[in-house]
Amino acid sequence: MYAFNIERPSTIAGAVDALAKDEAQALGGGQTLIPTLKQRLASPDTLVSLTGIPEMQGICTADDGALCIGGATSHAAVAAGASAYPALAALAGGVGDPAVRNRGTIGGSLANNDPSACYPSAVLASDATIVTNAREIAADDFFDGLFATALDEGEIITEVRFPVPEAANYQKFLQPASRFALVGVFVAKYADGVRVAVTGASEDGVFRWSDAEAALSGNFSASALAELSVPADGMIADLHGSAEYRAHLVKVMTGRAVSAA
Amino acid sequence: MTEVKMTVNGKAVSGTVEGRTLLSQFLREDLEMTGTHIGCDTSQCGACVVHVDGQAVKSCAMFAAEADGAEVTTIEGMANADGSLSTLQQAFQDHHGLQCGFCTPGMVMSAAALLAENPKPSEAEIRHYLEGNICRCTGYHNIVKAIQAASGQDVAIAAE
Ligand SMILES: Cc1cc2nc3c(=O)[nH]c(=O)nc-3n(C[C@H](O)[C@H](O)[C@H](O)COP(=O)(O)OP(=O)(O)OC[C@H]3O[C@@H](n4cnc5c(N)ncnc54)[C@H](O)[C@@H]3O)c2cc1C
Ligand code: FES
Ligand code: FES
Repeated sequence: MYAFNIERPSTIAGAVDALAKDEAQALGGGQTLIPTLKQRLASPDTLVSLTGIPEMQGICTADDGALCIGGATSHAAVAAGASAYPALAALAGGVGDPAVRNRGTIGGSLANNDPSACYPSAVLASDATIVTNAREIAADDFFDGLFATALDEGEIITEVRFPVPEAANYQKFLQPASRFALVGVFVAKYADGVRVAVTGASEDGVFRWSDAEAALSGNFSASALAELSVPADGMIADLHGSAEYRAHLVKVMTGRAVSAA
Repeated sequence: MTEVKMTVNGKAVSGTVEGRTLLSQFLREDLEMTGTHIGCDTSQCGACVVHVDGQAVKSCAMFAAEADGAEVTTIEGMANADGSLSTLQQAFQDHHGLQCGFCTPGMVMSAAALLAENPKPSEAEIRHYLEGNICRCTGYHNIVKAIQAASGQDVAIAAE
């Protein structure tokens, strides 16, 4: 690692000020960033830790029923505390391993937008709102391809608001070495329709499978998917699975998620 | 360089660290407590697991500066006050839950965190909880048995 300083502000305003400096970068749980620093793929002068900010911690329910999760809330805290949205709690409880879940945060996962990360699928399928220090961003406008998001330089995710669905489920086909999703599908059924978000599969990162959404909005059962298929074009191909294999898994995992929801 | 203060195994300690000093490095090099092992240094193996404010974390994936003010427990803090092995450690010995012993500090720390949360875990729960702890030697069976035994559950003693 190159040398840097660490600042530990206790308010969002303090963090935003610290991040305004040249070559400053946010530090969430560090579960992605620390390995990146070790590989010298990042060289900030200052890391601004977000995990000591009480306003960015915890889970609550808003007046409109949405589940609000502070941007620096750990995966373990979501797994234990998001009982109002069981599919989301289960997703958080399946990220990595216990030690990773005790440190890693929802904001860090979303800002990182790893194409195989779990949380982006929940956010997209739930039509969640990403709240930053500066604005609110709809899930459909947030994810911007591999490791890219709508966040500006120095902008931090302070909260994520999830409308709670009538039924939902996340199915993760585990890549056993990394513990990320080889393919993961999050299905959420709301009064006004079904949303299906897929992670791990596409070279462009998380995406909505709109054909499945249309079919499931009419008939919420795995059989509604029978006639559908996912093109292998643009799917990730690596030593863990070919593009065709991933495309196939998208449909299989969607069916399982619908049955389990 | 910043000054950090924390409690390690019940004792107040302090030191001067760089921003990039990892908690694992601070424990091993500054405090000379080498019980915490570094297997991979890439967050994969779990040999470096310690407890920070009661939670299991990989000390190679946390900065010492982030542990400022925290209560840290390492494998050196697991034995009984008189120096004898704790029930969990003794169970690892009785059930041959280690061979080379490299992974053992992390295994014991993860197992202790599991038992604090779930005092009578099933075999499946133990295996699931240990997903982030890799052992090259034992094939895990005897580690699982040791944890079951430590939690007061019946396991066959003959660990062949
Ligand atoms: C062994 C292992 C297994 C894992 N398995 C999975 C898995 O199965 N599924 C999965 O989804 N993930 C997995 N992860 C990744 C894990 O979830 C990370 O915690 C997460 O990707 C990053 O979150 P973090 O809080 O650690 O962020 P950091 O590593 O601290 O930061 C990541 C990036 O986000 C930025 N950032 C951090 N917080 C914020 C914020 N609030 N606002 C704006 N920017 C911010 C940082 O500047 C950095 O660029 C795994 C990681 C490991 C080490
Ligand atoms: S040394 Fe920390 S996880 Fe391997
Ligand atoms: S006993 Fe050798 S690595 Fe586990």
